[in-house]
Amino acid sequence: MILAVIEHDRGTVAPAALEGVTAAARLAAQCDDHVEALTIGACADALVAELAAYGVAAVHQAHHEMLGDYGPEAWGEVVAQAAHTLDPAAVVATGTDRGNEVLAHAAASLDLPMVANCIEFALGDTFEVTRVRWGGSLLEEATVEARPVLFTVAHHAVDARPADSPGAAEPRPFEPELDPSLARSLVADRVERIAGITLSTAPVVVGGGRGVGSAEGFASLQELADLLGGVVGCSRAVTNNGWRNHTDQVGQTGTRIAPDIYFACGISGAIQHWVGAMASKNILAINTDPNANMVTKAGYAVIGDLHEVVPAISAEIRRRREAT
Amino acid sequence: MTALKILVCVKRVPAPGARINITADGQAVDTAFLGFTTSPHEECALEAAVQLVEAGGGDVTVLTLGPVDAEEQLRYAASVGATNAVLLATDGSDWDPQRTARAITSAVRDLETTDGPFDLILFGNESADSGGFQVGIRVSHALGRPMVNGAKGITVGDNGAEIWRESDAGREVYRLQLPAVVGVKEGINLPRYPTMKGRLASKKVKVATVTAAAELGGQQMVRLRTPAEQASKTVVLGSGVDAVPAVVDLLESLGVLK
Repeated sequence: MILAVIEHDRGTVAPAALEGVTAAARLAAQCDDHVEALTIGACADALVAELAAYGVAAVHQAHHEMLGDYGPEAWGEVVAQAAHTLDPAAVVATGTDRGNEVLAHAAASLDLPMVANCIEFALGDTFEVTRVRWGGSLLEEATVEARPVLFTVAHHAVDARPADSPGAAEPRPFEPELDPSLARSLVADRVERIAGITLSTAPVVVGGGRGVGSAEGFASLQELADLLGGVVGCSRAVTNNGWRNHTDQVGQTGTRIAPDIYFACGISGAIQHWVGAMASKNILAINTDPNANMVTKAGYAVIGDLHEVVPAISAEIRRRREAT
Repeated sequence: MTALKILVCVKRVPAPGARINITADGQAVDTAFLGFTTSPHEECALEAAVQLVEAGGGDVTVLTLGPVDAEEQLRYAASVGATNAVLLATDGSDWDPQRTARAITSAVRDLETTDGPFDLILFGNESADSGGFQVGIRVSHALGRPMVNGAKGITVGDNGAEIWRESDAGREVYRLQLPAVVGVKEGINLPRYPTMKGRLASKKVKVATVTAAAELGGQQMVRLRTPAEQASKTVVLGSGVDAVPAVVDLLESLGVLK
């Protein structure tokens, strides 16, 4: 059995979690096995229907008074106990912040290996994986000897896809025994995000790099982003210069984006930035240097000064909208 | 504010942004022509530690597991405020996360036996190069201390540490009793540059060097390789503002111009 750990937030499934379930189903198909899922906290019980579509045979529903909200140690301990009790061949989650964190806690508790951010995997006598390093600019082939094998599948490496035939998704209660001390690292408080799109989910991202030149220079990028219902992003050089907050940073040490189109304005395209942007469906580079990395890697490019081109794009969008 | 004894664990990595080449046998990164630095999340962890100690007193110890050349990163840490440095020397080969965590745990136990417990042990959220997302978590388990990764803010008061971090839903706040382990994310601060005084101090700091030793973990690297370059041909839509109509045509065809 392959066990998929379902990331959710107070009962709302994380879209990324379905990538992990899809990967689990793929692994199960490889070794003629089946997938079961683990949801943590009673608030996630309603996810059964959604998981059935992904071919899940059973859903283990962990219930405990401590599981009302997220806690990295408590969730990790639930996964460790489920792995111990259910004896799956592998435990899979998606390589998001939470996915990696929970599996690392489980692995630490079980003293087993945990392989983060895999893009290829095959389960035989040993577990053979290809995992990403450097945020995806380097690949590592590795073998793991353990039962179960704990691993995460790199976010965006697998497209979430419902199974050809749905699974029974039979709910099964799971009662972990949690030491009261684990309450020490539960979320104590939460400030909800003001409703709106985030960098990681925006359909349009207008990114600026060193070429923008100043904090004020981002005004025209913001204008274009607003026109298209998108958000502004930036490179590491920009945050290091203090022009934008780090929450806007696209890259290996910032946010991974996957918009329909990414405008990369005045961005040279260092590897650290590229790995955060490479999941974009389309990239349009605007740069004065036709040989910049970002220009040669992008699907589309405009060779020119972003300070002229970006406002002109906004003006043209307005003109066409007014004409219709 | 209370005086804090803080340990920061850092890793020497090739400078992010560089193109990384691999040795012919696929066993390591080709270090010729590469510049090295401290992994970015850990550079921020060090800055966070120095700021906490500046505000409330205490001291910062920096520790790394890596080749002897990693002394450079320890001295850099000393130049921005660390007062003690520990090098767990390896032969430079790739250490798996379990093995690394075991070696660091045993080093922490030795240091604490001699000098008393650390109130806080800081790691980076993940190393820039191998990106295992787990060494700090494993060390926290081995030591039996609470751990929160991804910290974008750390304050310490009489009741312990308050940590906050970003999630898709908003800002999560954690309150941890000390001693605790925290993984720090870039963006928590902008690391300072060394001062002249700091540079001089870094030359004098004593680097305690011990040979790293720990049992192998269950994950074994077979080889490294570079991903296949996507054979993408860039469509140049034009130069300067003359390209703008073609850009907006493209937006229309992609359906983003609703």
